[in-house]
Amino acid sequence: MSDPLLTYLLRLGDDSLILAQRLGELVSHQPDLEEDIAVANLALDLIGQARALYAYAGEVEGRGRTEDDLAFLRDEREFFNAVLCEQPNGDFGQTMARQLLFDAYRLPLMDALTASADETISGVAGKAVKECRYHLQHSITWVVRLGDGTEESHRRMQAGLDAMWRFTDELFTGDEVEATLAASGIAVDPSSLRDPWEATIKEVLARATLERPVDPRQRGGGRQGMHSEHLGHILPEMQFLQRAYPGQSW
Amino acid sequence: MTPEERFEAILAADEKVEPRDWMPDAYRKTLIRQIAQHAHSEVIGQQPEGNWITRAPSLRRKAILVAKVQDEAGHGLYLYSAAETLGISRDELQDLLHAGKQKYSSIFNYPTLSWADMGAIGWLVDGAAITNQVMLTRTSYGPYARAMIRICKEESFHQRQGYEIMLTLANGSAEQKAMAQDALDRWWWPSLMMFGPPDAESTHTEQSVKWKIKRETNDQLRQRFVDATVPQAHFLGLTVPDPDLHWDEDSGHWRFGPIDWDEFWEVVKGNGPCNKERLAHKVQAWEDGAWVRDAARAHAAKHADDPMEVSA
Ligand SMILES: [Fe+2]
Ligand SMILES: [Fe+2]
Repeated sequence: MSDPLLTYLLRLGDDSLILAQRLGELVSHQPDLEEDIAVANLALDLIGQARALYAYAGEVEGRGRTEDDLAFLRDEREFFNAVLCEQPNGDFGQTMARQLLFDAYRLPLMDALTASADETISGVAGKAVKECRYHLQHSITWVVRLGDGTEESHRRMQAGLDAMWRFTDELFTGDEVEATLAASGIAVDPSSLRDPWEATIKEVLARATLERPVDPRQRGGGRQGMHSEHLGHILPEMQFLQRAYPGQSW
Repeated sequence: MTPEERFEAILAADEKVEPRDWMPDAYRKTLIRQIAQHAHSEVIGQQPEGNWITRAPSLRRKAILVAKVQDEAGHGLYLYSAAETLGISRDELQDLLHAGKQKYSSIFNYPTLSWADMGAIGWLVDGAAITNQVMLTRTSYGPYARAMIRICKEESFHQRQGYEIMLTLANGSAEQKAMAQDALDRWWWPSLMMFGPPDAESTHTEQSVKWKIKRETNDQLRQRFVDATVPQAHFLGLTVPDPDLHWDEDSGHWRFGPIDWDEFWEVVKGNGPCNKERLAHKVQAWEDGAWVRDAARAHAAKHADDPMEVSA
């Protein structure tokens, strides 16, 4: 990847789109009608964020690729989402664990990006930060309810958290892409998001009476396009029409 | 004035019956049945369109589809609330649905087999629903009428986005046009059936019209829908799958061929292509979510006296 800004935008946008894709699978499968609406709402916000980021990525790249070209015509190794975002929904506990771990990272990220030296990024972040605040509130509410609910919900919530925990280090691991852009005030150094994330997680786990998982061996690679096996199933489903009927408008 | 006379006077004056008003038992029962069926339809209606959320062909279409399905779930909520004003809870109504004792619109028992079905559903199914729902904004029961006013505002967006999908496909490649025609072929007749059996055979229509729950009959609404929709199909350059369809100069209506009521009754009885899957999906989601709902209740009970506990 030659242009760090392009890579950075794809990393941000791919997190949004791939997580939205997972959440989209859940519509009509949720525990009640309110949560069907909530999960659709999360997906909708994330799709909106992805579109704005891809549109700008296409501009930065300057080769005329549209938001849809970027979403539907890239292959696995060209996606740079964190592997956390592509993990399966599992049960509601696992979904909420994934969401909490992501939201607690994404909110301080977007908050910091509102001060980005890049006006387009700060504009996208300004809108996203309000959405992320609601998302985090929603996931905290559920993690606390499930953790401090019944014996079964506690067990499931803890299991979901344990399963998702090993995909979290990646969120805070940057490379020369972020380093270069952070130096010019465009990006945020991901390691700087670790403290606010830890603070949120610590408080939520305490309220939820959940144990902080013991750090197992962490799994990353998504930021470099090295994914878990799941992404290779998400993409063909998502890209089916664009691949089967190339070059048409929809 | 007796309560009966007051009720009749409200209807005669075209005013709204409100939850606190006396109403005949049969009026209450009819409303519960109709509003519940309507609410269940919105909820089950998430499934056929939800089937394409992960496969929508552009990000714009994906966002629109998610928003639409979300609206339908919201409609379910408004309608359950309206039904609750009649003295029955959402949980009770859901149990009746899950037990197969209450119905939802048969249209949702047809499968969504291509992207064009997202267009056809918005255009035809939402279009038919709007025809019915616009009438229901004037229904005699206040909470139902008010729910309908909110719902109708969103339904017109649903119909437009569906027609726009059809228009894009109809003006697209040969493959896309074929996809659109195939969707019209499969959804046309089931959409006409959405208005229910012909007036002559409809057991509920006459009484419902007297009570001003319905303001027009099934056949009147069906004709209005056909008259509005046929020119739209022509504008798309698609063929309505009805060899008998013709313009009747004298009446100013599009006359359509016989509807296969045997198919209609088969689907109503539970023998449509997806009846089993739709209900099983709904019941499965509800059962899978039991531990979550239990946890929410247990958590709320533990923290009932906790002033710091803020729930979102
Ligand atoms: Fe609706
Ligand atoms: Fe609708």
